[in-house]
Amino acid sequence: MSDPAITPELIAKHGLTAEEYERIQTTLGRDPNFTELGVFSVMWSEHCSYKNSRPELKKFPTTGPKVLVKAGEENAGVIDIGDGWAVAFKMESHNHPSAIEPFQGAATGVGGIIRDIFTMGARPVFSLNSLRFGPISRGLQSPTPEQEKEFANNRRLFAGVVNGIAHYGNCIGIPTIGGEVAFDASYSGNPLVNVFCLGILRHDQIARGGAVGVGNPVFYVGAETGRDGLAGAAFASRDLTEESKEDRPAVQVGDPFREKLLLEACLELLASGCVAGIQDMGAAGLTCSTCETASRGGTGVEIDLALVPKRETGMTPYETLLSESQERMLVIVKKGEEATVKEIFEKWDLPHAQVGEVKDDGFMRVKDNGKTVVEIPARILADEAPVYHREAAEKSLPPRLSAEDLLAKVTLPDVADVLPGLLSHPTIASKRWVWRQYDHMVRLGAAVQPGSDAAVFLVREADKILAATSDCNAVYCKQDPREGARIAVAEAARNLACSGAVPLAITDNLNFGNPHNPENFLQLRESVEGLAEACREFDTPVTGGNVSLYNQSPAGAVDPTPTVGMVGLIAEAKHITTQAFKSDGDVIFLLGPLGDELGASHLLLLADLKEGAPPHLDYALEKAVQNAVRSLIRMGLVQSAHDCSEGGLAVALAESCLSGPAPLGADISIRTPQSEIKNPLVALFNESQSRIVISVKKQNAAAVRSLLEWRKVPVSKLGVVTKNPELKVAVDDADWSWALGDLEESWGGTIGRLMGK
Amino acid sequence: MNFAVIRFPGSNCDQDCLLALNALPGATAKVVWHKDSSLAGFDAVIIPGGFSYGDYLRCGAIARFSPIMQAVKKFAEDGGTVVGICNGFQILCEAGLLPGALVRNRGLHFICESTTLRVERHNSALTNATWTGTLLNIPIAHGEGCYFADDTTLRDLHHNGQILLRYADAQGRTNAAANPNGSCANIAGIRNRAGNVFGLMPHPERACDPLLGSTDGKILFQSLLAWPASPLRKHDAENLPASPLPPVSASL
Repeated sequence: MSDPAITPELIAKHGLTAEEYERIQTTLGRDPNFTELGVFSVMWSEHCSYKNSRPELKKFPTTGPKVLVKAGEENAGVIDIGDGWAVAFKMESHNHPSAIEPFQGAATGVGGIIRDIFTMGARPVFSLNSLRFGPISRGLQSPTPEQEKEFANNRRLFAGVVNGIAHYGNCIGIPTIGGEVAFDASYSGNPLVNVFCLGILRHDQIARGGAVGVGNPVFYVGAETGRDGLAGAAFASRDLTEESKEDRPAVQVGDPFREKLLLEACLELLASGCVAGIQDMGAAGLTCSTCETASRGGTGVEIDLALVPKRETGMTPYETLLSESQERMLVIVKKGEEATVKEIFEKWDLPHAQVGEVKDDGFMRVKDNGKTVVEIPARILADEAPVYHREAAEKSLPPRLSAEDLLAKVTLPDVADVLPGLLSHPTIASKRWVWRQYDHMVRLGAAVQPGSDAAVFLVREADKILAATSDCNAVYCKQDPREGARIAVAEAARNLACSGAVPLAITDNLNFGNPHNPENFLQLRESVEGLAEACREFDTPVTGGNVSLYNQSPAGAVDPTPTVGMVGLIAEAKHITTQAFKSDGDVIFLLGPLGDELGASHLLLLADLKEGAPPHLDYALEKAVQNAVRSLIRMGLVQSAHDCSEGGLAVALAESCLSGPAPLGADISIRTPQSEIKNPLVALFNESQSRIVISVKKQNAAAVRSLLEWRKVPVSKLGVVTKNPELKVAVDDADWSWALGDLEESWGGTIGRLMGK
Repeated sequence: MNFAVIRFPGSNCDQDCLLALNALPGATAKVVWHKDSSLAGFDAVIIPGGFSYGDYLRCGAIARFSPIMQAVKKFAEDGGTVVGICNGFQILCEAGLLPGALVRNRGLHFICESTTLRVERHNSALTNATWTGTLLNIPIAHGEGCYFADDTTLRDLHHNGQILLRYADAQGRTNAAANPNGSCANIAGIRNRAGNVFGLMPHPERACDPLLGSTDGKILFQSLLAWPASPLRKHDAENLPASPLPPVSASL
């Protein structure tokens, strides 16, 4: 079979512009052949090259005393956690594949991020995920038949993604210990699947992805190459359309069992000391791993495709190079150590083959049975993709409407029904249905059950306690991407503070629409600048992450979703704190202001209104509140801590009542200051930032209060924890009471009910 | 007591079992690779949880052909203690060392959560450090943990005192609401007729550290350690249940 002729149509089909093609001709000094065109198409895709986002990403703070491997240098950043130990972590998206084939899309997303981590020489110890789907219910109202069809499809995607994550994570034995799931119309047909993995390693175990040592053999290890996932990186760098279903071959198929073997074999190989460089084959498979290792090593790599283990016959060089078959790695082995590779991979029953060697000429050279099929300078592919400064729209912010003005626009039920309404909103409702399907207990580390503010994990080999969370309120980002991004970082840090941790660093996953649309590009730029600013404030460098653009269906782009994955360290086991109330009689305080901001709030979403400016974040206040809660925790004074986020104070209180092993009631009384609006909806459901609900033992209440007052941290006593199975709330002269059983029905039961258990 | 923890390709609770066992005074645990064929020097064998061979075909169906399984069978025939946890239980059933089978959970989903188990009989190597009727808090994590056997087998299990652990509610009632996966007669753990081979779906190794919420799993491991010197050993055949078997049929 001869290669097709290169026509303008073929170039366009490869996602390359006429200018980009010209650039290829100029750099090569000739026309590329068909296989080379494919190689350029994937390496110069947004997914691999960040050509549209690179100038923005440079704005992130990426250095700090704890940063051992910087963002972008290797497959994942590495952060020092003390005593010679370090963590490697990263978040990555698998949005497009999951939209087409949710189970495999999500499963291979998990597989990919796990490989990124063990490629660094780290043993993966836990995963998180951040998921977004279209609505699966209409809350208080019943859906139209049209909507019901859409909701059913969203439920199918949700169930498939959760099942895919569970399948891969459970089988490979890496616990999925937390994360977030949110539902919004902008994700209908456009789900976001962001997966996070963290691994542990000693400083001297950091592995590098460079092809160093001219003459060193290049090994292919892991699963055989098939035709699955052909050109997935290019597919992920396009809008989703009606025809996207035909791209199903671009979705890879995962085999967690193979990956478990690959993981163990690679860690054993790395420990043997015979590895000069290692790189996983993720997006753009063999293509990306060969040119990136060569470019990083400042060398060249030559491989012969005839030597690559294949699971199908008759694969062309184009197919072999562009396949995204899973569970494969490229290993550069120190010359003379070939036998070690053979021994270890045979022990684990995995395919392995020497496919080439490191050269000194800077070329990625691919042969097929001795005949050269690709010959391109590696750095052009890996580092010199075109960079675009896209046009951003004029910035315009929503007017900062007062709570009164916003409430005037909506019709809401009485407070008595609003709280159960919010608690049963799938974004707020307990995700027990989800995490019960994830093995979160394997590796004996999950000291806090999923669902609390942050996941807490005991890393036994290093005797360290880590806390991790992922956060992003995309409604805030939609209304004001800069403020929304700042809040994502602040909320992540607040969640860690509530669990007793000090934040170390973040990874981010930037999910946006097509960057050619100036509105979308503005959102990207604003979000990046907001994240960067907040990361500087909280002293949490960005260790890397992922950019996913083109999250766009015919209905439009997703709400801007710059997801933040933050990792922190807890000094001692006794500092581990959860959100659940602990005992009858404990006194409940609110740290931070009572608040009055309703813009972009969940209360308005309950009435289908996405309007107003998100709450304003005051860094000084935020840091004061976080430092205060962390200090109180360390002093042993805090029984529970929970931050106020979606749904505000009342939702936070209900969650603290319901999330313990045995629910506890609360008796709350709120006095609003004279100057504030007297509507109880504002006091109970506003989403002003920098607020944490804590409970303390009765005998410590006076001390806690005076400490906070002395430190000038706003504090108000809210009430007490009770053993009565009800949440009683009084705001000035009005009062309400909800039976915990009813609230549990709304909060704990909704998702299971919607998903048919 | 020297424990062998068998490691199959795809085992993922092997390290957890090592950690939990080695923390107990009097226990030493070592990993034995599935391609090995000897269990010399070991006093007990643990087959840990995970997804041996990816659980392809059926859970545990391929692992039983591993070289080490010949040694495990011989070890069991010679009266050695063998305990299969989760995937290990599935492997022992597939290998014919325990009766019955483990099938897809009733709700079809994988379930990872804490469960309450009622000890049905303390006259056993796995339960002698506690009392019949005691409630233990030990988590499960499986997609195919619904214990299934025909009525004759279930009756035999019951009359021979082979049912050791059953899923119960906080009051100790072994009713349908307390059954997480649809297991026949709420069965969570059994032993063979001879009393030396055990299988249980819950993970005792995950309940050995107060930071993880429960230390009840230790009781089962401590039972294994205490058994050689236990006076209950002599009465192993006694105290068999006289009552008829409670409702058994699985609601599949």
